[in-house]
Amino acid sequence: MIVFDGVEKRFGDHVVLRDLDFTVAPGEHVCLIGPSGSGKTTILRLLMTLEKVDAGTIRVSGKCLSHMERKGAMVPADEQHFREVRKRIGMVFQQFNLFPNMTVRGNLIEAPTRVLGLPADEANARALELLELVGLADKIDAHPTQLSGGQQQRVAIARALAMRPDVLLLDEVTSALDPELVAGVLNLLRDLGRRTDITFLCVTHEMGFARDFSDRVLMFDAGQVIEDAPPVELFSTPRQQRTKDFLHAVVDRA
Amino acid sequence: MPAWDWGYAFEVLPQLLRALLVTLEITLLGSVLALLLGLLIAVLRHARIPVLDQVLWALVEFIRSTPLLVQVFFLYFALPRFGITLSALTVGVLGLGLHYATYTSEVYRAGIEAVPRGQWEAATALSLPPARTWTGVILPQAIPRVLPALGNYVISMFKEVPLLLAISVVEVVNKAQEIGSQTFRFTEPFTIAGLLFLVLSYPASILVRRLERRRVT
Repeated sequence: MIVFDGVEKRFGDHVVLRDLDFTVAPGEHVCLIGPSGSGKTTILRLLMTLEKVDAGTIRVSGKCLSHMERKGAMVPADEQHFREVRKRIGMVFQQFNLFPNMTVRGNLIEAPTRVLGLPADEANARALELLELVGLADKIDAHPTQLSGGQQQRVAIARALAMRPDVLLLDEVTSALDPELVAGVLNLLRDLGRRTDITFLCVTHEMGFARDFSDRVLMFDAGQVIEDAPPVELFSTPRQQRTKDFLHAVVDRA
Repeated sequence: MPAWDWGYAFEVLPQLLRALLVTLEITLLGSVLALLLGLLIAVLRHARIPVLDQVLWALVEFIRSTPLLVQVFFLYFALPRFGITLSALTVGVLGLGLHYATYTSEVYRAGIEAVPRGQWEAATALSLPPARTWTGVILPQAIPRVLPALGNYVISMFKEVPLLLAISVVEVVNKAQEIGSQTFRFTEPFTIAGLLFLVLSYPASILVRRLERRRVT
């Protein structure tokens, strides 16, 4: 269970998220849509502890992520607390961010061996299994630079899964891909959604994907959720004018 | 007396070669110090730890803004007053190493900053501990980028070693001076000393240039 409670995030004078409340149930697939700069990505970055909240709290599986208890009071979390809570959360980035100095195998076994303390053979087995899942078992000894964008992103997804996360954050994972490679990655995610009970939070501009992948879609504007509904409802009968305009613009483009 | 005496040149060559070994030894040890200490400074400064960061900044600026010769004199003549007496060779290595560590730290810093932010974020998202993020992700990407610049500083250090004749380290130029003052023939020993530097520096700089080209392609 992910809970955002009165979360505020500012960058200087610019308020990115204001008084944000929402919850995501375990195993739920939630897509975040909305115009650029509406704070969607910031939500994922807050969950991944890449950014810190300015006000409010975030809880993941009961554990407070933004704050910790010290001497009976809640104080902003420190690095060590962050390190503890982020182990159950995985993230896939728009720009893949594979480690170019390692092979595909190296990328996949790095965190399981260094963070979870898995023995090398077990981590290797897990890596191979995941690469088979994403259809890239033959690339295990390749370097990231030898792969296409779509292949890199599938490796990045496998790398995040290697940590067996409860929550997977997908930050516009197909935005940097050539159009012809988008479908492969999205189909992989659909497949993962069916096969696993991972909680998914996706920021996406792929409305078709949001429609058939998610249980719920959150429409963002100016740092707030302005509409929260199952995809069938949100896409066919949006209640807010802002949502209608946004969907209109996005669908027209496609 | 001929302008150039081959017999004399071959007679002094072995002595100069032996002195060259001292030059190379100081270069090697000084480089190791400069490369390791510079890396340490760059990594520590990246963490921006209050006070420590200011101290390191001041130290780096101070060392970079004063001549190496003054620093070497200080280490050699002033430290004994505080009860620390070091051999000329040790002072040479320490002086060069410290001085160049401030330059290499800036080179490393540039290399570290050139690693995309996404790499740090991916390491964070995978919960990698900070030490492993440095050794496994950041430095393996940062250091290859700056190897040519580091190589150039090693070559500079090699050519700065003769400065240590000021504290009587018998490296190759000091040796040439010594031979010359005994025989009153300076042309051959100094020419040979110069050629020895050329013979080593030039191939080294070609190597660095090749490294640079490899990084570009």
